[in-house]
Amino acid sequence: MTTATSKPAASNSSADLPEKEKWLHAHRQMVSIRMFEEQVNEVYTRALMPGLAHLYSGEEAIAVGICEALRVDDYITSTHRGHGHCLAKGAAPDRMFAELLGKEAGYCRGKGGSMHIADPATGNLGANAIVGGSVGIATGAAFSAKHLDTDRVAVCFFGEGALGQGSLYEVMNLAQLWKLPVIYVCENNMYNEYTHYQETTAGTILGRAAAFGLEAASVDGQDVRAVNEVATRLIGRARSGGGPAFLQCDTYRYSGHHVGDINREYYRSKQEEQLWKTNRDPILVLAKWLIDQGYADVTSLEKTTAEVRAIMEAAVKFAIAAPYPSVDEVEKHVYA
Amino acid sequence: MPERELTFAQAVREALAEEMRRDSRVCIIGEDVAEAGTPFKVLSGLVEEFGAKRIVDTPISEAGFTGVAVGAAMTGLRPVVDIMFGDFITLTMDQMVNQAAKAHYMSGGHWRVPMVMRTTLGATRRSAAQHSQSLHAWFSHVPGLKVVLPSTPYDAKGLLKSAIRDENPVVFFEDKMMYKLKGPVPENDYTIPLGVADIKRAGEDITLVATSSMVQVALGAAIMLEKAGISAEVVDPRTTWPLDEKTLIDSAKKTSRVIVLDEGYGRYGVTAELAAVIAEGAFYDLDAPVKRMGAMHVPIPFSPPLEDVTVPTEQTVFDAAKSMCQPS
Repeated sequence: MTTATSKPAASNSSADLPEKEKWLHAHRQMVSIRMFEEQVNEVYTRALMPGLAHLYSGEEAIAVGICEALRVDDYITSTHRGHGHCLAKGAAPDRMFAELLGKEAGYCRGKGGSMHIADPATGNLGANAIVGGSVGIATGAAFSAKHLDTDRVAVCFFGEGALGQGSLYEVMNLAQLWKLPVIYVCENNMYNEYTHYQETTAGTILGRAAAFGLEAASVDGQDVRAVNEVATRLIGRARSGGGPAFLQCDTYRYSGHHVGDINREYYRSKQEEQLWKTNRDPILVLAKWLIDQGYADVTSLEKTTAEVRAIMEAAVKFAIAAPYPSVDEVEKHVYA
Repeated sequence: MPERELTFAQAVREALAEEMRRDSRVCIIGEDVAEAGTPFKVLSGLVEEFGAKRIVDTPISEAGFTGVAVGAAMTGLRPVVDIMFGDFITLTMDQMVNQAAKAHYMSGGHWRVPMVMRTTLGATRRSAAQHSQSLHAWFSHVPGLKVVLPSTPYDAKGLLKSAIRDENPVVFFEDKMMYKLKGPVPENDYTIPLGVADIKRAGEDITLVATSSMVQVALGAAIMLEKAGISAEVVDPRTTWPLDEKTLIDSAKKTSRVIVLDEGYGRYGVTAELAAVIAEGAFYDLDAPVKRMGAMHVPIPFSPPLEDVTVPTEQTVFDAAKSMCQPS
């Protein structure tokens, strides 16, 4: 079997680092996600990738802000738009690309693909292609943590599209009744696939959490420092037995619903997209702050970007060269 | 000393209690499972021994707590979820079919989901269309799940212990009309492997392949057939997946006539699959087409005379077998 060569994008949790290193690390993580997704789009455009993928570009501050507040043994569940969560939790880009291309060296031996990357080593219980499909799994991981008296926390990432799924409210009720250490993170990128969320969502998002008495907060999902601050508080609270929480992160999906969703003007304008990219880009927001603090300059940040891009290009090369699984693999792992 | 007898419900409870004593990771999650012990009182007494931490009462939230069980199974526990009526499995479908069944495969073998879902099947309890169905075919259709259909107290204990020790999601269907059925159950720790059929009665002239509730019906019909000079073999697959195809086919080859009995709907159901397996494996040894008998293709009606005709009975099985063996 081919083995992956590169290390994970970064280790988890920068909570104990000095401020400068912490936010330079967060910046690098966000750039990693952005560069990863650029390469995904590239391999799709070059017809090297089977199927489709859903890009996380624009939403990086959420995955990074939250995962930087988690321990490596904490759990996450992710979504169809999950590459950012995987990378932020510590997955290696070469094995991720191998998975995206259906190769044996991939995290799931090529059997999962873009929407199902899972990695026990980093506590990633798996991305999920059913909208809201992982809310039970995340809550169950928190149930185990409490039952087994580990002090692990589970973070359940989902998009605002999942607000339409009843199972979310079932598990929020259970989590609050049982005081489970789970954080429900609603990434509100405003579009349920091709439909604005205001057309699909009655009432308010936080009102849903309030109905169950969950600790709830909303945050600017483009500001990684703000996300990290509130996540640190909610995760610490959950870890010390304070129970579940709900975090609404307002954000924007730069690309279409998936890589093939090119003509989007029937549901949103190019002007709207440009405004977010220009004024509220999470990487630019943090870069400006780093420069203002004297922690970085334009040159050093460009150097980071170039380094990360080279890592991603190498990861793609690794994945392209990696072999497919042998056909006799097809019936393996149906049962444990 | 005569063998100890337990009811089917007691056998289920004993299996759960023994496994919970053996393995602290086993817990029970469901509606009214603690003090109430479920409406069928199958779990009575367990919360007193194991406490509320391991016998977990839930809200009426089948999708929610089944999902929690999937996640808990992936992260170190071995939950047994209780779905009060088999009809309610519809509410758990995404969690079982898209999550539990696929987590191991989709993750390339990384994650495991060692959980059991216990639920019921069976009509004739006068419970109408939403509390009487036998929907085990639905889960039998899904790769990644195992489906168990115990038909005696002995099988119930041994199969449930295997299900709990299995590394995969297993759905365990109990015939709710069978809870008071008594039978010998050893006090010792024994397991019955999943995927091994049991010949409940040996015979020569016709094979009655029967599952769950239909095993007792088949055994009753076999006694009637014996009096009519026909020797019937009753084969119980015990699990629809994994399926012991060989025992079914061998019996069909021996007797050359087969009726497949299952309380689920016949159309696209368990009887269809078992009949196909037998036809493919024993075609040239058969003297008659494989016959299928299951629930009529109607919602289960409430009115007793209507409900009673929807499922096979000893008499209808006897009639069918007799006409196969002794065509007029």
